[in-house]
Amino acid sequence: MIIGKSIPRIDARDKATGRIRYTDDLCDKGALIAKIKHANVAHAYVKSVDTSEAEKIPGVVKVVTCFDVPDFRFPTAGHPWSTDPEHQDVCDRLLLTKHVRYYGDDVAAVVAEDEVAAARAVDAIKVEYEELPFVLDVQEAMKDGAPLLHEEYPNNVLRHTSMRKGNYEEAIKEPGLIKVEGWYDTPTVQHCHIENFICFASRENEKIVVVTSTQIPHIVRRVVGQALGIPWGQVRVIKPYIGGGFGNKQDVLYEPLCAYLSLQVGGRLVKLDCSREETFRNNRVRHAIRSHIVTYCRKDGTLVARKLECFSNQGAYASHGHAIAAKGAGAFPQLYPCENVEVDAWTVFTNRQVAGAMRSYGMAQADFAVESHSDDICRVIGMDPMEFRRKNLMPKGYVDAFSKNELYADTFNQCLDKGAAYIDYDRKFKEYQNQTGPIRRGIGFAPFWYNTAVWPIALETASCRMIVNQDGSIQVQVGDTEIGQGADTAFSQMAAETIGVPFDMVHILSCQDTDVTPFGTGAYASRQTYVTGFAIRDCAEHLKDRILDIAYRYTRMQPYLMDIQDGNIIRATDGRVLMSLGDLALQALYDTENSVHITMERTAQAKSNAYSFGCCFAEVEVDIPMCRVKLLNIINVHDCGRLINPALAAAQVEGGMSMGIGYALSEKMIYDEKTGKLLNGNLLDYKLSTFMDHPHLEAQFVENPEPTSAYGTKALGEPPVVPVAPAIRAAIRQATGVALNELPMDPHLLFRRFKEEHLI
Amino acid sequence: MYDIKAIYEAKSVEHAVQLRMEHPEAVIIAGGSDVLIKIREGRLAGCELISIYGLDEMRGIRKEEDGTIRIGSLTSFSHIHADPLIQKHISVLGDAVNMVGGPQIRAIGTIGGNTCNGVTSADSASTLFAYDAVLEITGPEGVRLCPISEFYLGPGKVDLREGELETAVLIRKESYSGYKGCYLKYGMRNAMEIATTGCSVNVKLSQDKKVLKDLRIAYGVAGPVPRRAKVTEDAVRGSEVSPETRARIGELVLEDVNPRDSWRAAKDFRLHLCSTMAMRAFTQAVRKAGGEIDD
Amino acid sequence: MTEDLRQYKQVTCTINGKERTAMVDVRASLTDMLRNEYRLTSVKKGCEVGECGACTVLIDGEAFDSCIYLAIWADGKNIITLEGLEGPNGELSDIQQAFIDETAIQCGFCTPGFILTAKEVLDSGKLYTDDELRKLLSGHLCRCTGYENIFRAVKKTMYKRLGKKYKE
Repeated sequence: MIIGKSIPRIDARDKATGRIRYTDDLCDKGALIAKIKHANVAHAYVKSVDTSEAEKIPGVVKVVTCFDVPDFRFPTAGHPWSTDPEHQDVCDRLLLTKHVRYYGDDVAAVVAEDEVAAARAVDAIKVEYEELPFVLDVQEAMKDGAPLLHEEYPNNVLRHTSMRKGNYEEAIKEPGLIKVEGWYDTPTVQHCHIENFICFASRENEKIVVVTSTQIPHIVRRVVGQALGIPWGQVRVIKPYIGGGFGNKQDVLYEPLCAYLSLQVGGRLVKLDCSREETFRNNRVRHAIRSHIVTYCRKDGTLVARKLECFSNQGAYASHGHAIAAKGAGAFPQLYPCENVEVDAWTVFTNRQVAGAMRSYGMAQADFAVESHSDDICRVIGMDPMEFRRKNLMPKGYVDAFSKNELYADTFNQCLDKGAAYIDYDRKFKEYQNQTGPIRRGIGFAPFWYNTAVWPIALETASCRMIVNQDGSIQVQVGDTEIGQGADTAFSQMAAETIGVPFDMVHILSCQDTDVTPFGTGAYASRQTYVTGFAIRDCAEHLKDRILDIAYRYTRMQPYLMDIQDGNIIRATDGRVLMSLGDLALQALYDTENSVHITMERTAQAKSNAYSFGCCFAEVEVDIPMCRVKLLNIINVHDCGRLINPALAAAQVEGGMSMGIGYALSEKMIYDEKTGKLLNGNLLDYKLSTFMDHPHLEAQFVENPEPTSAYGTKALGEPPVVPVAPAIRAAIRQATGVALNELPMDPHLLFRRFKEEHLI
Repeated sequence: MYDIKAIYEAKSVEHAVQLRMEHPEAVIIAGGSDVLIKIREGRLAGCELISIYGLDEMRGIRKEEDGTIRIGSLTSFSHIHADPLIQKHISVLGDAVNMVGGPQIRAIGTIGGNTCNGVTSADSASTLFAYDAVLEITGPEGVRLCPISEFYLGPGKVDLREGELETAVLIRKESYSGYKGCYLKYGMRNAMEIATTGCSVNVKLSQDKKVLKDLRIAYGVAGPVPRRAKVTEDAVRGSEVSPETRARIGELVLEDVNPRDSWRAAKDFRLHLCSTMAMRAFTQAVRKAGGEIDD
Repeated sequence: MTEDLRQYKQVTCTINGKERTAMVDVRASLTDMLRNEYRLTSVKKGCEVGECGACTVLIDGEAFDSCIYLAIWADGKNIITLEGLEGPNGELSDIQQAFIDETAIQCGFCTPGFILTAKEVLDSGKLYTDDELRKLLSGHLCRCTGYENIFRAVKKTMYKRLGKKYKE
C-alpha cells in the first residue's frame, strides 16, 4: 500500500537545499520592471493624468494610464467559466480604472529599466481626481443615498439570496419558546503567503507568455485572453513552484496588466513584482461578514425556528462575490437541522479593497457566528454545550436536499470524543467553572462541517495525462496545482497505487504550463484530492488496461489474467512475474512491427460531493488586568475520509489551525475611517502569529472513508481554519464569563469588553 | 535596490564627523533596520547616507575605572544581551533589547540607532531612562555628554547638532549599583513587535528589604518621547514595600504619562496599561531585589 | 538616476566558502547582490523590510536579514546561504534532512531562512528549552506550517547533536 503512508513530499529535498525555483528565480535579470500608480483616494473619477515628469526620468520606457487601456471588461475570480451568461462571473474590471473605487485602486502604470526608476516615475505621475463620497461599512453601503460603486448594482447590493424552509413566523408562536439573538462580526484579514504575488510576461512568436505565482494557471489563461481581447490559445501561462496562496492566488491578480504592459513595449520581458505592501492593499482579502442569528428553542435545547441574516463586505470589485456568503449561509440550515429556517445573505460593494477567496471560503465567518450563537443558546437555557451539540448536530444519515451529500458515519460524536479525550475536556470544564481572580482558565470547543469542492453550484472537472517512459516509470500531468499543500505527492501516491508501480516510478510534472499540462481549474475549494482523484483514478485504470492489452502481445496471456504489481506485469492467477513494466515499455516503443508509445489521457467530471467534518478544542488562560489571552492547549480533529499521506495531512491541519489562531486572536486589517486607507498593510503592523504565539498544535483524525470518493478522501486543506475562533471564544467565555461577538479577540477588544463587564 | 543618492563610508569617528560637516543633509546609517526601511517607504528616498557601519571602534562594552559601563553606540542588541558585563550589572537592559523585533533584527539593530532615531517605542530607551543613562556625543568640538533625559527633543528629533554623532551610551555606577529592575513590553504578539507600551522599573531597597529607598519608572509610548514618571517616583520614594505602595504607583503614574490615541491603541487602553504594567514591573523588581510582596 | 551618477564599489567576501569579488551598485541590498550577482536564489524576498525572515543569511556565523543589509557592508565578511550547506556530492546537513523527515516544509518559501537560523542555533552547541528555541526561531514568519514541524525538526536535531534522547 502506497496510499496511507507518510512519504516525504517529492519536492522536499529541492526545497531543503534552496534549489527549487519560484517565479522570481526564473526571471531573466534583464527584465523591465513594471510598477503601478495606486490612487490615494477611496472614491473618485480620474479627471486627468499628467505623465510628462514621469516620462523624463532616465530609464523610464513607457507610461500608460487609465485613459489608454482597452475597454475589455473581465472577471478575476478563479472560478470555472460558464457558457451560460447567467452563471458567469461578474466582469467589472479594466486593466486600469478611471473610476477609483478604493484607496489604492490602479490608475496608471510604468515600465522602466530598473526598480528605482520605476518607483520614481510612479511618484512623478500626477493624477487629478474628482473626489466622491465613500462608504466602508457594509450596512451603511446598502442604505438609500449611500455612495454608489457600480451603476448596475442599486444600493451596492451585488447579490441577495434567500432560503426558506418550513414556516418560521408560525413556528415561533409556540408558547414557552426561548429566544436567543446575537450579532457576530468578523474582520477583514489576509492570506499572508510569504511569497508575494509576482508575474512576468513576454511575447514569444505570436503568443503572450505569462509566468506567474498562481493557483489557477488555466483560469489565468482564459482571463488574460478576455482582458486583452485576444484568443485564449494565444496565451500561455506557466505556473512554477509557488510560495503559498491560500486563496489569494485563486484570483487573477496582475497577470492581465503585466501581459498588456509587455505588449505595449513590443513584447519585451516585463516583470511585475508586488511589494508586501501592495500584496496587502491591492491583492485580495477575506470577506468581513456581519451575521445576525435568531433562534427559538425549547428549554431542552430543541431547535424550533432559526433565522440568519448575513452581510458580506465585498469591497470595490466583484471578484469571488456572493459565492463566499452563500457558502456560509448554505451551511446554516445543515449543521443544526431545524424544521423552520429563514436565511438571507447579502453581498455588498463598499470602498474597501477587494475581497476574494481565502482558505475556508466563508466558513470561518459562518462557523464563528453559528458556534458563538450555539454557546450563547447554552448560556441562556443553561444547557451543557457538549450535550447541546450531541443533541442537535447533523446526525448520521443526514442528506442535503440540494447537493445530495450524505453523512455516512457517526462522525461528529467520534470527533468530539477524540478531541475531548486528548484535552481532558470533561475534567477541566468542571474545574474551570466559577473562577475568580485576575488570571483564569477556560476550555471550549466548536464543531464544523465543510463542503468539498463546488459541485453542484459550479462545474467540477479535472483531467490527467499519463505517459509510460521507456524504463516503465510513469509521467503524470494534471492541470491542478501544487501550491505547497503537498498535492503532487498525494497525486503521485494515488497514481502509483492504482497502476501498481512503486512510488519512485511516478514522475509528476510539478509546474503547470497551459501549453503542456491538460486542463484543470486549479487549487481551491479543497477539491483536488477529491476531484483530481477521479481523474487520476480514471486515467490510471485506463492506462493499466492499455498496458495489459499491449502486454498480451509479449506475454500471450489474456489481459484479464494479468495485473501490475510493484512495477511488474504479473500473472494474477499464480502471481508469477511475466515481465517488468520497463521491459514492456521498451519493447513496445521500439517494436519495429508495431511501435506504441503508451499514454493515456482522461477527463473526469465530478457530479457528487462530500461533507468533511471535525472540531476544535481549545484551552486558554486569560490575564484580565493585562487583557491578554494565552492559548495553552489546542487540538483539531478531522474526518476528511481516508488519509493519503498522514504526515502531510497533519501538516495541513497544523497550518490551518495557525491561521485560525491568528483569526481568533490577533489578525485584522485596519482602515482609516477618514480616508479609507489601509493603515496596517505590512507584516509588522498586521499581527500574523509568530513562532512564540502558539502552543503545541495537535492534529488528530477520524478516518471514515468517503464512499463517493475515488480514494476515500474529502476536503482537508481549508477546514482546519474553520472551528478555531469559536472554540477559543468559548474558552475565553468560560474563563471570564464575557461573550466576545467580534474577531479578533485581541487586547483592544478584551479591554473594551472587560471594562463594559466591570472586570477591570 | 534602494533609492539612495550617494553613500559616504566613514573610516573613523573623526572621518564620520568630517563627513557630517561636509554633507549636512546626509543621514547617518548605523545598522539599517530603521533608515533603510524609511528609504524603501519613500520617506527618505533619494537621500544621501553616511555609513558608520564599518566603525568597529564604536562596538563593544567595557567597564571603566569609575565603574561606568560604556556601551559603544554600534553595539548590536544581540551582543548587548549576551554580554557578561550587562548580564551582571544591568541585566534589565539586556532583557529589554532582547525583546526588540526578532533575532535577525537584534543582530543588525544598534543601541545608538535605537536612541538616535528618537522614537518613543524604542525598547532600549525606557530602560536607559530608568538607568539615567548618559550619551557620549562626538562632534567637531570633541566629546560632550548628554543625559538621556535631555536628548529627546520631540518625536523623531534628538539633540544631535551639526557634525555630531552619538558614540557611546554610558551608565554610571551610582545608577546601577544596588538597583534591580524589570522591563515589561506590551505587544499584540510575542515576537516581531513594536511596543504598544513599554515600562521599565528599577528599585533600590533598604538593607532589610522593607523600604523603597529609591525607584525609577520609565515608559515608552506613554508620550511623544520616552519619559520618566517623576511625580510617582518622588511621591513613593521612602515608602514601605507593600501592595498599598504598589497600588499608589498604579494610580500616580497616570499623572506622569500622556499617551495618545492612535489606530495602534486607544488612549484609555494605554493609560490602563501604564498603570497595570507599572504595578507588575514593580512587583517583579522588588522580588529581584530580594523583597517580598504579595500578588 | 542617470548612468553617470551611479556609484559602484568593489566588494570582496567569502560566500559559501569561496572568496568572491564583484562590482556592486552601492544601492543594492545584500539580498540583491546574492540573488542577482551570484544567482543564490535560496535567498528569498518576502517583505524587504526585515519582518519575515525569508532572506536570512549567516554573516560571520550570525543570522541577518539580508534585505536590510547593504551589499557594500559585506566586504570582508563570511557569508553562508542555504546553498552552502550542501556537501560537495550533494550530501545534506542534518538539519536539512530533519526538515524533510519531520514534514517541516510545505510551500518552502520560508525554509531557506529557517534552516540558516536553525544552523546558527544548533552550531552554538547549547541545549535550549522549548521557550528559548521558539524565541530563537521567532524572526521568521511561516503561513503554511503553524511552526509545529519546524520546531520538532530543530529540536530533534539539537538533541541528536548533543547525544540526548528526544522526548515528544
